Amino acid sequence: MSEPLIRVEGLTKDYVMGSNVVPALRGVTLDIAAGEFVAVMGPSGSGKSTFMNLLGCLDHPSAGSYRLGGQEVSALSGDELAAVRNRKLGFVFQHFNLLARTTALDNVALPLLYGNVPAAERYPRAERRLSQIGLAERMDHHPSQLSGGQQQRVAIARALVNDPQLVLADEPTGALDSRTSVEIMALLQQLNREGITIVLVTHEHDIADFAGRIISFRDGKVVEDRANVAKYAAAEL
Amino acid sequence: MNFTATLRIALLALRINKLRSALTMLGIIIGVAAVIVMIAVGNGAQARVEDQIRSLGSNIIMVLSGSMTSGGARGGSGSQPTITEDDAYALNREIDEIQAAAPSLRGSGQVVLGNTNWSTVFYGTSPEYLQVRDWPVIEGRGFEQAEINGAGKVALIGQTVALNLFGETNPVDQVVRINKVPLTIIGVLDRKGQNMMGQDQDDIVLMPISTARKRVLGSSRFAAGRNVGSIMVKVKDGADMAAAEARMRELLRQRHRLQNGQDDDFYVRNLSEILQAQEASSKVMSLLLAAVASVSLLVGGIGIMNIMLVSVTERTREIGLRMAVGARARDILTQFLVEAVTLSLIGGAVGILLGVGGATAIAEFAGWRTELSASSIVLAAGFAGAIGVFFGYYPARKASRLLPIEALRYE
Repeated sequence: MSEPLIRVEGLTKDYVMGSNVVPALRGVTLDIAAGEFVAVMGPSGSGKSTFMNLLGCLDHPSAGSYRLGGQEVSALSGDELAAVRNRKLGFVFQHFNLLARTTALDNVALPLLYGNVPAAERYPRAERRLSQIGLAERMDHHPSQLSGGQQQRVAIARALVNDPQLVLADEPTGALDSRTSVEIMALLQQLNREGITIVLVTHEHDIADFAGRIISFRDGKVVEDRANVAKYAAAEL
Repeated sequence: MNFTATLRIALLALRINKLRSALTMLGIIIGVAAVIVMIAVGNGAQARVEDQIRSLGSNIIMVLSGSMTSGGARGGSGSQPTITEDDAYALNREIDEIQAAAPSLRGSGQVVLGNTNWSTVFYGTSPEYLQVRDWPVIEGRGFEQAEINGAGKVALIGQTVALNLFGETNPVDQVVRINKVPLTIIGVLDRKGQNMMGQDQDDIVLMPISTARKRVLGSSRFAAGRNVGSIMVKVKDGADMAAAEARMRELLRQRHRLQNGQDDDFYVRNLSEILQAQEASSKVMSLLLAAVASVSLLVGGIGIMNIMLVSVTERTREIGLRMAVGARARDILTQFLVEAVTLSLIGGAVGILLGVGGATAIAEFAGWRTELSASSIVLAAGFAGAIGVFFGYYPARKASRLLPIEALRYE
């Protein structure tokens, strides 16, 4: 294998607040291979969210290099980053971030809309993803008509619809009860087994335990990076 | 990202907030309707003046008898008959700019037909009168020179007189009596409507000037000699009105043997000029009305900007999400711009309906003359669209410049 999916070297991010420079990330270097399921942990202020934003091409690093699938993305323009997010990345958020009063199907098809996928292809692809996560029956429902777990599944379908190289999940279970959380983790594990690379941010050890590798952050640095014998969520259900 | 998708997204966003969208549109609706109604009212007023100009005839100059000064007391206009029939003929003959000049002697009396009668005004005049006033005879014929020379017992009548005396029957060749003089009606004049004072111009009888003088006016002081009350002059199209007026004045002074320094014993009035001034002022008026109405359109535009700014703030997380899944800054810009333009165009369309309805209602109930013009509708609609773009741009740009992480985290 020539190069891992993600190669981060000396990644640094400083926030300027007035005259103060607040370092959020102080030189992070690590690789993540395709097919891994990584949990990023750390207390608030540890820099894990900043790291996620940089991995998600939502923000520019202050220094360092970030290669995604062999492409240096740290110096891309706003529009180029948008294209990277659209084609290579999928996002799952804590609060689902679904469009209100929009059907599950339209929500899932949204990334394809911005990817200039023709309408004739958009909806079959979105339908396939919704069926895959078990929501074929609820395609025409609005988010308000779905439970939290179902909403997060719709969000996961949306993250997958453009066949991304990497799915980034930012506290995906943070707004869910424990049983639904396990269901979502089971779904993520299943997707990972099917070959999708997942990076998950969480501050709960229970949740991180479902991943195959756990990276811990503190004060903007990686303090621990270990393999984990993943606990199978499906077994707990 | 194609345009129909953007349009669908925008329409959906507007539908989600129906009441707010409707209220935002209200500003544009009122603005557009106001512009259309105001322009219609203004155009109506202008058209009325233009009609008056048309009914008077174009390039008209009136010569009136002057005032008499006796023992230091100055009489009013026409207190002394100073101008004559021959002045009119001389004007006709000697001034190139003049197309026609018609003397007229005015009188009033009762027109009797059998056992009905009608009181009206009559004018003794020459055949040129109809030419000066651009007034066609729609039935029968006009005067012949022999009838002018020989005080022929003939008359032309206006529509109002025809209607009141004859109703539906044809007046031509019928004999009526005016001040006991029997006159044969040889023709009926076309309808002219009201003049600028609101008088009915169709309530009129025309007869040869000699007939009026010798047979009908009787003991009036105009009956003697060749004096007339007024001369109506039509200047040729394209000729300089002011120069024609000056030459007329000069000729009349000469004919009346007035010394240098002596006052004119006649008045010259350029009627067309007065009407044109009125037309100009009605133009200014309609422009002013349209300007006031456009202010409300502008206020409507500011309303759109206001609501769009609120909407951008409210939907910050949505914008963040769209960016996270791949929307570029210009996709966001287009989406919000399309929303604003859609608001203003739908508002504009409703405003046009309301404006057309309003103008019709004003014409119907207030009795004002209104004239809807396609150009004002196109103008108002175009203006509404432009306002959408103009006032939608700033909020849309603000939305497109949000940073994705900050937008996503916005609470």
